Amino acid sequence: MTAEIAAEPADMTQTQTVDSRELPGVIRVEVRPRPGEPDPQAAALLAQAKQALGNVTGAHTARVYLIQAPLGDEQAQAVAQELLTDPVNQVATLGARPIDERHSMLEVHYQPGVMDPVAQSAKSAVCEMLPDLSRESVEVRTGFRYDFDHTGDDAGADRPGEEALRRFAEGTLANPVIQDIHTQPFCPDAFPRGHAYELRITHVPIRELDDEALIKLSRDGHLFLSLAEMHAVRDHFRSIDREPTDIELETFAQTWSEHCVHKTLKSTIRYTPGSSALSGQTTDINFHGRPGHTVHDDGSVTIDNLLKRTVAAATFELMETQPYKDWCVSVFKDNSGIVKFDDEDGVCIKVETHNHPSAIEPYGGAATGIGGCIRDVIGTGMAARPIANTDTFCVAPPEVKEVPTGVILPKRTLQQIVAGVRDYGNRMGIPTLNGAVYFDDDYIANPLVFVGCIGLIPLDRCFGKAVPGDRIVALGGATGRDGIHGATFSSAELTDTHADEFSHAVQIGNAITEKKTLDVILKARDQEDGPLYSGLTDCGAGGFSSAIGELGESVGAYVTLDSAPLKYQGLSYTEIWISEAQERMVLSVPPDKLDRLKALCEAEDVELSDMGHFGELAGDHGDGEPQLVLTYQGEEVGRLPMPMLHEGIPTPTREAIWPPSPNAAPVRVEGDTALNDPISSIPNALTALLAHPNIASKHWIVRQYDHEVQGGSVVKPLVGPEQDGPSDAAVIRPKLDSQRGIALSVGGAPYLSEKATERGHASDGDSYWATLAAIDEAVRNAVCVGADPARIAILDNFCWPNCDDPGMLGTLVRAAEACYDGAMAYKTPFVSGKDSLSNQFTTQDGKLITIPQTLLISALGIVNDTRKAQTMDAKSGGNLLLIVGETTDHLGGSHYLQVGGESADRRIPRLDLAAGPINAQAVASLIDQGLVRSAHDCSEGGLLVAAAEMAFAGRIGLELDLAALPTTTELNPPAACFAETPSRYLLEIQPDKLDAVIKSLRKTNTPFGQVGTFTDHERLTLRTPQDGRILDAKLDDLRNAWLGTLDW
Amino acid sequence: MTPTALIIRTAGTNCDRELAHAFELAGSETQTLHLSRLIDDPDLIAGFDLVGFPGGFSYGDDIAAGRILANRIRHRLWQPLQEAAARGVPMIGISNGFQVMVKMGLLPDPKAGKQTVTLADNTCGRFIDRWTPMVADTDSPCIWTRGLTEFDMPIAHGEGRLVCADDAVLDQLKSNGQVALRYAPGHNPNGSTDDIAGLCDPAGTILGLMPHPERFTDPTHHPIWTRQGDDWLTQTTAGLRFFQNAVEHVMQSQPQTA
Repeated sequence: MTAEIAAEPADMTQTQTVDSRELPGVIRVEVRPRPGEPDPQAAALLAQAKQALGNVTGAHTARVYLIQAPLGDEQAQAVAQELLTDPVNQVATLGARPIDERHSMLEVHYQPGVMDPVAQSAKSAVCEMLPDLSRESVEVRTGFRYDFDHTGDDAGADRPGEEALRRFAEGTLANPVIQDIHTQPFCPDAFPRGHAYELRITHVPIRELDDEALIKLSRDGHLFLSLAEMHAVRDHFRSIDREPTDIELETFAQTWSEHCVHKTLKSTIRYTPGSSALSGQTTDINFHGRPGHTVHDDGSVTIDNLLKRTVAAATFELMETQPYKDWCVSVFKDNSGIVKFDDEDGVCIKVETHNHPSAIEPYGGAATGIGGCIRDVIGTGMAARPIANTDTFCVAPPEVKEVPTGVILPKRTLQQIVAGVRDYGNRMGIPTLNGAVYFDDDYIANPLVFVGCIGLIPLDRCFGKAVPGDRIVALGGATGRDGIHGATFSSAELTDTHADEFSHAVQIGNAITEKKTLDVILKARDQEDGPLYSGLTDCGAGGFSSAIGELGESVGAYVTLDSAPLKYQGLSYTEIWISEAQERMVLSVPPDKLDRLKALCEAEDVELSDMGHFGELAGDHGDGEPQLVLTYQGEEVGRLPMPMLHEGIPTPTREAIWPPSPNAAPVRVEGDTALNDPISSIPNALTALLAHPNIASKHWIVRQYDHEVQGGSVVKPLVGPEQDGPSDAAVIRPKLDSQRGIALSVGGAPYLSEKATERGHASDGDSYWATLAAIDEAVRNAVCVGADPARIAILDNFCWPNCDDPGMLGTLVRAAEACYDGAMAYKTPFVSGKDSLSNQFTTQDGKLITIPQTLLISALGIVNDTRKAQTMDAKSGGNLLLIVGETTDHLGGSHYLQVGGESADRRIPRLDLAAGPINAQAVASLIDQGLVRSAHDCSEGGLLVAAAEMAFAGRIGLELDLAALPTTTELNPPAACFAETPSRYLLEIQPDKLDAVIKSLRKTNTPFGQVGTFTDHERLTLRTPQDGRILDAKLDDLRNAWLGTLDW
Repeated sequence: MTPTALIIRTAGTNCDRELAHAFELAGSETQTLHLSRLIDDPDLIAGFDLVGFPGGFSYGDDIAAGRILANRIRHRLWQPLQEAAARGVPMIGISNGFQVMVKMGLLPDPKAGKQTVTLADNTCGRFIDRWTPMVADTDSPCIWTRGLTEFDMPIAHGEGRLVCADDAVLDQLKSNGQVALRYAPGHNPNGSTDDIAGLCDPAGTILGLMPHPERFTDPTHHPIWTRQGDDWLTQTTAGLRFFQNAVEHVMQSQPQTA
């Protein structure tokens, strides 16, 4: 056996109870495919290895188990053979298979303390096999071994050096933030063990600090509090005449983090229209009469709490009347928003971002992102059952090969993000149904990961709260040092050193722990005599500090930190309090129900810990207001008044200005409609657009997700006879005995934001119009599959660069105003949302990279009868293609320009707030009447792309003639084909239904026109009045262009 | 008397609800029990007429798909399960349930009780979800696929490539008619030996399969249902037929067992 690394340093191996010399040895087992058996992982690796390492003729993988346990030889053999090795197609090696000069190898092992679910499961299984072993005496760690063959005459000479191997491993196989790379078989003599923690209460002098020292403390302590907030904290401790403990400061930092309280969006903002507006250009938002907005004489506007006065205001205004009053069950106050599904159940939705963790460790970041969002849904009301996931990613184009220091290659980032969502969502048994991917160079260092979860919740279980006297009960995973400072770190800007500085904020999930916890909670919720708890919430950002702090906000909480189960010893009381270890829920449990909950947990192997009580009991010494009191081994280590914690955050007025900078000033260049682009570019542009990664098929992602688990799939993400057409939205039946359904869709248009102007893709990029386009797209997508437009709830996710910059805050204000206008126009209440406001990166040489302003709108629509749902694939030759909605010649921000198309008119398309809802309603009505054979929304790439998708998805030819395209201007061919004007729908209509369709559309004055006829030839053709047939393409060629870009 | 199906779940099981629903649509009652309950009281198994091993990721599929659950059942519940098999209780293992069945030795032959086949990584190296055309062997003794010939069904797995220990095992499976279900020619999604999608025991009462019949119990489950006429919505789906067949089989055999 080769031991690459000797014993760990002495201070790591010694503990108070176990002397390292008495530890049993570590047994190494390698498991690999039997000779002659395929090795799919190795096959996938070989091409990459050849490219990176030169002379590689073969690759092989093996799983490595390191087992530290008092096992005899026979027992070790039994574990290797019966547990770790498949007798049919694998072989085991005890120790390490040696290598010679014709081979080289790499090994990747998780660092100590990083969650390794396989190791945990293997440990349990070893203990079950060998019941005489105590659990404490067994430790397992796992890794992967990769062997490479070098054959040929100079095999030995060509062997890659250690440096090349490590570089290859870092780029392809491992993330050094959480994994160690070895170039020899790794087998330590013993695993490192932590020290037992000895209580030392730390006080942090703050009362005498000046501003400079406060700023330093905030930054060096990773508190990320502003100076005003540090003042508030200092003043509190001055008023009670003592210094804070470390845990008290941390509690402020967590509770007041941007991540937890959305202090920017909730602040008072003074918005000043900038230079271009003052020089006579209007900003075209009328601020007069908006709730909570005060317009001053100088044209500036004061908005008291931006979120409340825009996003939430729309919902509450809608809720003043029916049906929204009854339909919106719980909005903006819980972990997710709830609307009514039917008379028995509500449906709740939450979409989170997990951007910063995913930038540093994409797999773990994305997995724990979806895991956390699922917990938000579980932690809603008295617990919802998750029924669907969504995911949207923003990354740099995969062909980018040069990245700043500290940044992971975008292709690997996307692959790892997808793998993270896949492994977590699939293991949870929740179908991942809908999403999108947006590509832009400036997501290079700040990839965005939006993960959503939808849940079903009985209407009589939508509310819960902590009751004084209840026990504080934690369920699920144990607490470790992982994820410390996630909440504050997500509120900070990334730099090239973040990967080192914040590597402890990285989290790796264990979906099965969360699944078990969910199973127990639903059992506890559905007890015949009522739930076994009064309220619950999830441990997300900020860990226990946020969860217990929120649940106990109005009653107070007395927490015994030493009762939290730990993954390993050595955690300080503060680390326990703020750890963001995954898969933990906090419940408020009446003392008389605790035993029954314990019994349930025991039966399902879920860890439960009793961590104190909510409310004040005799002897608690409350000071008249609810207190948060933290103790460790009987000593009080922190005491904070709840009102100070939850309401004491200072809310300074923030300055916003728009346009953000002179070069982002809107210039309404009137286009020259007479200018004709070379006609020959239409076919080329179509092919280029279909291959644009924003538009190209996402089958490589979709197929890796189980989108049918739970058995309610109605409209799948990929549709058509060969299941390769891009569905507008997904539809599920969450209750298997009902035909009522839910449609899930998203909308986003970051390419219309101010960034588009900086790029030269638009003359007037504007987050206001980008946001309205996103809302319209989300609604269009839901309507196309059969959602009732009067029952669509939406969510906002703002991902913005740092908004301390007034120019950037100005763009945020405009997006928020658009949320209000859009929600009111479409009557689509926002029910929840989230923001992430520090998405920028400073490179090693000081260059600032800011992401495009990115607002994702997620929509949840009710489908009254799923048997009337519709898909986008063309159904039959002879049917007619109608377009609903008018087309304008504004090509600004369009994908046509992005792929190199030319247009003098670079104005972005603007949503018509009156027409959009009418068109949506008209289309929904046609689908409901059964008059539509397929429906597809016109979005990225415009009409021609959408029409091509319908045709090739259905294997049905299409002859287009755009003469009757509804418009109020004269359109040149590129605009007619590729403009991305919102509120447009393509509908396939049977000739015998045409009269009924026309009648229905005319009744509502909805603009429409017939733009094509489906045929039995598998071709797409386009005829224009001026130039005759300008496009004649085989559907196969178009489809292949579309399938190829992301076919990994 | 209405038959009752036992659905066995444990940590990471996640297709138990829809499996129960499928049994119920087919006319059975169901009871979903956690493994720990059965380990506490193994005699419970004797009280059921049907057994289902649902899909999911039992114990995270850590080490290998289904391995830990298979070992636990092997150590704790093998005897009552083998007795139920001998009594002719129809059993179905779907996806992860199939993986568990072959790894504990319930398939291909519960009498032998040995693992002679396995389900390994898909050839493409990753998880795939897609509907796939299937062909049932009409000469197989399998009671679950009776009357079915060609139909579509969804697969969703990362480890579905069936591998036999040697050629003799494969020959035996074929000669016994135990290859109850194959992927249609040209549609093998995972590199499975001989396109095998599902295996039954020699008696035909125990079936393990990678595709998910419980995900095709409603006509709107099918990926191209919106391309079909109205009569499509009134059909009995192929997935539901599996469960109806099993429930019917139990009803017909009841007089003998009573």
